[in-house]
Amino acid sequence: MALSRSGSKLLKPISPFFSSAPSILSRSISSSNDSITVETSIPFTAHNCEPPSRSVTTSAAELQSFFRDMALMRRMEIAADSLYKAKLIRGFCHLYDGQEAVAVGMEAAITRKDCIITAYRDHCTFLSRGGTLIEVFAELMGRRDGMSNGKGGSMHFYRKQGGFYGGHGIVGAQVPLGCGLAFAQKYSKDENVTFAMYGDDGMGTAEWRAAKSPAYYKRGDYVPGLKVDGMDAFAVKQACKFAKEHALKNGPIILEMDTYRYHGHSMSDPGSTYRTRDEISGVRQERDPIERIRKLLLAHEISTEAELKDIEKEVRKEVDNAIAKAKESEMPHPSELFTNVYVKGLGVEAYGADRKELRATLP
Amino acid sequence: MLRAIRHKSIHPAFCAFRAFSSAAKEMTVRDALNSALDEEMSADPKVFLMGEEVGEYQGAYKITKGLLDKYGPERVLDTPITEAGFAGIGVGAAYYGLRPVVEFMTFNFSMQAIDHIINSAAKSYYMSAGQISVPIVFRGPNGAAAGVGAQHSQCYAAWFAACPGLKVLTPYSSEDARGLLKAAIRDPDPVVFLENELLYGELFPVSAEVLDSSFCLPIGKAKIEREGKDVTITAYSKMVGYALKAADILAKEGISAEVINLRSIRPLDRSTINASVRKTNRLVTVEESFPQHGVGAEICTSVVEESFGYLDAPVERIAGADVPMPYAANLERMAVPQVEDIVRAAKRTCHRSVPLAATA
Repeated sequence: MALSRSGSKLLKPISPFFSSAPSILSRSISSSNDSITVETSIPFTAHNCEPPSRSVTTSAAELQSFFRDMALMRRMEIAADSLYKAKLIRGFCHLYDGQEAVAVGMEAAITRKDCIITAYRDHCTFLSRGGTLIEVFAELMGRRDGMSNGKGGSMHFYRKQGGFYGGHGIVGAQVPLGCGLAFAQKYSKDENVTFAMYGDDGMGTAEWRAAKSPAYYKRGDYVPGLKVDGMDAFAVKQACKFAKEHALKNGPIILEMDTYRYHGHSMSDPGSTYRTRDEISGVRQERDPIERIRKLLLAHEISTEAELKDIEKEVRKEVDNAIAKAKESEMPHPSELFTNVYVKGLGVEAYGADRKELRATLP
Repeated sequence: MLRAIRHKSIHPAFCAFRAFSSAAKEMTVRDALNSALDEEMSADPKVFLMGEEVGEYQGAYKITKGLLDKYGPERVLDTPITEAGFAGIGVGAAYYGLRPVVEFMTFNFSMQAIDHIINSAAKSYYMSAGQISVPIVFRGPNGAAAGVGAQHSQCYAAWFAACPGLKVLTPYSSEDARGLLKAAIRDPDPVVFLENELLYGELFPVSAEVLDSSFCLPIGKAKIEREGKDVTITAYSKMVGYALKAADILAKEGISAEVINLRSIRPLDRSTINASVRKTNRLVTVEESFPQHGVGAEICTSVVEESFGYLDAPVERIAGADVPMPYAANLERMAVPQVEDIVRAAKRTCHRSVPLAATA
C-alpha cells in the first residue's frame, strides 16, 4: 500500500481508493485542494487555430493515478507479448506500450459520454474506458469471459457503456465511423464529442512509404490542427480538453499525437527494419511517458522511489492474477458459433460446414 | 385520364390517397418508397436520410422528393461524392443508436463503400458479442438500367446475400416497396435494400391495408404471385414481372407456372421455394445478375439438398449473360433475360411430360 510521506502538504489518502479497485483503472480525481501546475515538455504547434497554454493544472491524485494507470497498461502489454509468444494469443496482436500517455491523458480530459473509436491497437484504450484486465486477457486468449465473449479477438474490443466503439481491423475505417458517432452526438444534441483515433500507417510500413506529407496536423487543410507531444500525458490532456471545447463550438479538429510504440507494429513485425535500436532506447531514455510522471511525483514529493516501485510490483501482481483467472475461463460454448449474427434472427436457419450435420435456428 | 391527373397533382410527401374514394388504388414504386420513407421518418425521429442529391435535388430518381422540405436539412443530408465517407458516417451513427437510411445513387457505387457495409456494419454485432448493433438501411437502384454500360449495370444481390449479418431485400411491386422498406427501417440489423430504376415509374394496385402507415411485410418471406402446378419459377425485382408474363404465355400452352416473388434474398425463403417445388416438381430460377455463384445457384442447391427426390427434371437457371454489360442495344438485350428465355427454360423442364406430337 502506498504510504504517505510525513510532512508532505500534498499528502492525501489515496491508498484506500486503490485497494478497493484492484483490476480497473482509477479515474483521475482531483480530490486535492492543492492544485499543481505542470508545464508540457514543449509548446503546442498549431495550424489554423490558437494553441492552448503549456501550463496544465493537475493534482497529486491525478499524478498518482496517471502513474498507476500507465504502469498497468505497460505491464499488460508486455504480458500480452509473452502470452503471444507462448501461443496463447493467436492471429494479430498490436501492442501499445510506449503510447500510454495518449490513452491516459485523453481519458483525463473527457467523460464516458464522449466517444472514442480507434483501430486495432486498442487494448489500453479499452482499459481506459472502464474495461478490466480479465476481459482483456480472456478476449486475447479467445475465452468466454472476454468482453466480446472470445468472438472478437485483439482487434475487436468494445465497451459501449464506456463510450468505446472499438476496435477496428481495416486501416482507416474507423475515421468515417468516428465522424458518424460525432454526427449522431450532434443530431441527438448531446454536448459531447468523439475522438476518432488513427495512426500513420499499417503493417509497420515505414513512414516515408506510407505518406508523402508527414505534417499530419496540417493535413486537414482548412480543418484546424494541433501537434502534441504524445509522450507527455499532460500535453495530451491539455490538447484533448482544448479539442473538445473547440469541437463543440467550431467543428472538427486534428490532433497529431507525436507518440512512440516500443514494439513493432504487430507481433510479426520486429520493429527494427525501419528504425535503429538506438532510436528505441533513446526514446525510452528521453521521452518515456511513465518516467516523466515518476520524475514529477518525485520532484513534487508526492511519492517516494520505494512507493513507486511498490506500485509497479502491485500492478505486476494484478496483471499476473488477471492472466491466471483468464486462463481458467473456458472457450466459448460451441453454440456461440451462431449467436449474435443478427439482433433479430427471424427464426432463420444458419449452417455449419456440413449443413446436414450442424444447423441452428437464429432467434 | 384520371391516372394522368393524379400524377400531376401528387406531392408525394403530402399524398393522401385515402382522400380518393375510388375502389382500386394504384401507386408507383417511386411513390411507394417515398411514402414509406416519409412515414418512417415521421414515426421515429432517429430515422434520417443521407446520400448524394437526396435533398435539394429531391433525389437522383426523385425517391426522396419533398422530404428535405418536410424534415429539414438535419434529417435529410446531401453528402459529397464519397461513398466510403458517407457510408462510414452512416454506420458510425447507427453504432450510436440512430437509424440512418443511406442511399447509393446506384449499387454500382456501393463497391466504394463495401468495406463499411460488410466489415463495419454486417459483422459488428457478432464481433462485439451483441454490444454494437447496426440498425442501418442501405438502399438504391440495383441491376441493369437501359444503355448505361458495364460499370453502371451490375446486380449485387448475390454478393451481399452471401454475407452473414446482412439482410438483403428485393422489392418488386409497390406493395413490396412500401412493406419491405418500412420493415427494413424498423429492423435492428443492417439491411441492403435493392430497388430497380426501371420499376420506379411502374404502377401497381395497392389496397387500403398497404396504404396504412402501420403496414409492414415480414422479412424473409417470399410471395407466391401466381399459383400453378407444373413448374415453379423463382424471380426477384424486375424479373418477377417477366416471370409473370412468361407464365401467361406458358398458360396458353397448357403449362401452369407458379411464380414466386422472392422479396428477400437473405434470409432466403427456402421453405416456400421447396414446398412449391415439391408440388410442381420442376424449377426455373430467374435473375438478372451474373450467373456464376448467383442467387439461382443457391436456390438450386437448396432444392437439391432438401427436395431432390421431388425433381422430375434438372433445375434450369436463367440469368444475365456472363459478360460485362455491353452498350449496343442489341447486345444489351442479349445480356439480360427476356421473357422468351424464361418460357423456353420452363418448357425444357416440362419436356418429358409434353407429348412429342404437341411440339411439332
